Amino acid sequence: MLFQQIFDGLTLGMVYALIAVGYSLVFGILRLVNFSHGSVYAFGAHIALVVAVSMQWGIFPALVISIIFTGLLGIMIDKISLKPLREKKSKPIAALITTIGVSYIIQNLLMIIFGSHSKWFPKIFDYGIIKLGDISINSTQLFIFLVSLLLLVFLTIIIQKTKIGLAMRAVEQNPKAAHLMGINVNYIISFTFFLGGASAAIAGTLISGYYQVVYPNMGFIAGLKAFSAAVLGGIGVLYGSVIGGLVVGLSESFAVSYFGGGYRDAVAFVILILVLIIRPKGIFGKKEITKV
Amino acid sequence: MLKIENLHTYYGNIHALKGINLEVEQGEIVTLIGSNGAGKTTTLGTMTGLLKATEGKVFYEGTDITNRPPYEIVKMGMSLSPEGREVFPQMSVEENLKLGAFIRNDKEGIEESFKRVYDLFPRLLERKKQTASTLSGGEQQMLAIGRSLMTSPKLLLLDEPSLGLSPNLVLLIFDLIKSIKEQGTTVLLVEQNANMALSIADRGYVIETGKVIIKGNAKDMLKDENIKKAYLGSL
Repeated sequence: MLFQQIFDGLTLGMVYALIAVGYSLVFGILRLVNFSHGSVYAFGAHIALVVAVSMQWGIFPALVISIIFTGLLGIMIDKISLKPLREKKSKPIAALITTIGVSYIIQNLLMIIFGSHSKWFPKIFDYGIIKLGDISINSTQLFIFLVSLLLLVFLTIIIQKTKIGLAMRAVEQNPKAAHLMGINVNYIISFTFFLGGASAAIAGTLISGYYQVVYPNMGFIAGLKAFSAAVLGGIGVLYGSVIGGLVVGLSESFAVSYFGGGYRDAVAFVILILVLIIRPKGIFGKKEITKV
Repeated sequence: MLKIENLHTYYGNIHALKGINLEVEQGEIVTLIGSNGAGKTTTLGTMTGLLKATEGKVFYEGTDITNRPPYEIVKMGMSLSPEGREVFPQMSVEENLKLGAFIRNDKEGIEESFKRVYDLFPRLLERKKQTASTLSGGEQQMLAIGRSLMTSPKLLLLDEPSLGLSPNLVLLIFDLIKSIKEQGTTVLLVEQNANMALSIADRGYVIETGKVIIKGNAKDMLKDENIKKAYLGSL
């Protein structure tokens, strides 16, 4: 029983981590909380729905096509709504409100196209129950956990080991100097939005295959929880988002078993508030960058 | 090599440059002096594409580069080491230098540039793995200049390299600027330390409230009574 709760929590937590990474990446580069990210996640789930259910192409093509389209949606959000604000040097609050607006635009478009009712999504990675001695593991959960872990490792490698990752870190630490190094900063911002959208698409597809249901405002509560996971771990720090996601996932799983399903969504925020009182920068939050 | 014609730039609502005219020939050290707020940094910012010119032209090696994005200008061989160093604080010295070579793909050339920078600044070699934010001010200045050299520039723009450094370090930095020139890189040097700047420069410009008010041979300018009074301090 205890093992089952932990495992439920870790699976959910890894998916929250995938969404949280999107908040974290964009915040790192633009110092902006992108509140449209929850709807981007819902968009990803709907693209997967079209490919997997309407077209019957199977889950892997659904994942790949959803990654591409949702990544492109991320780039479009930036190019159409945020880049003009940056160029006008608007106040940060303008961009923040814009992302909230964009969130509702995406949600409404999904409602118009797909209807607001819940739609069935096939169970993914369903290979039955895997038994390890006394412990039985649901294969869907195991694969969701493994796929998320793999993608987080892949993202970390991109950021830490590749040239474009070096450029991303440069833009994050000092945009002006990044310009002077010959880095095309707008290109790096687009790439970051693509990565954020792509990881949200994966999260959306995995979660839809887990709960077997897709609907336009599915991103609202998932987005808020992932955002609190990102803040919990220290927004802008990638592994912080992963730990934050796991904390949120585990607490949710335990809350459901000990207090009942009614508390499932509240617990994440109670923990968030407690952590922020004790450590305002989040668990792994960086100290403010000081200039000498 | 570089020609600026009637350049105007607004900084917010402030009309910061009011028609700057300036030229740099290959192989020279040219210095731009003037008091705080005269428009020196704005001139460099407009040349490198960080700020937008509202009027006027910038030509680099005969090409009009006015208002081109910074990443294109760096690729053409013009690199700015900005005021206040602007290093990447959480990266190592080596990673900072590597970012200088971001636009380059010639592995051997990059190795050579690393060698050149470490020869000029042995201190950076000693601190290769150290995080940039933990360096002293002088070391960060060396890192900023070194990072600019890693782009393999034909024209190096230096903004206030002596700012906040001890007198000994100032001497060292100016010596290094001379060696950079001797190695074949043209230098445009912006300085408040007019005395030192003019002593190593070939030619100089004095800017005041967004306009060039005096230009000439650096040696003559050092002796000029008016410049002495206004910018060199009475010794």
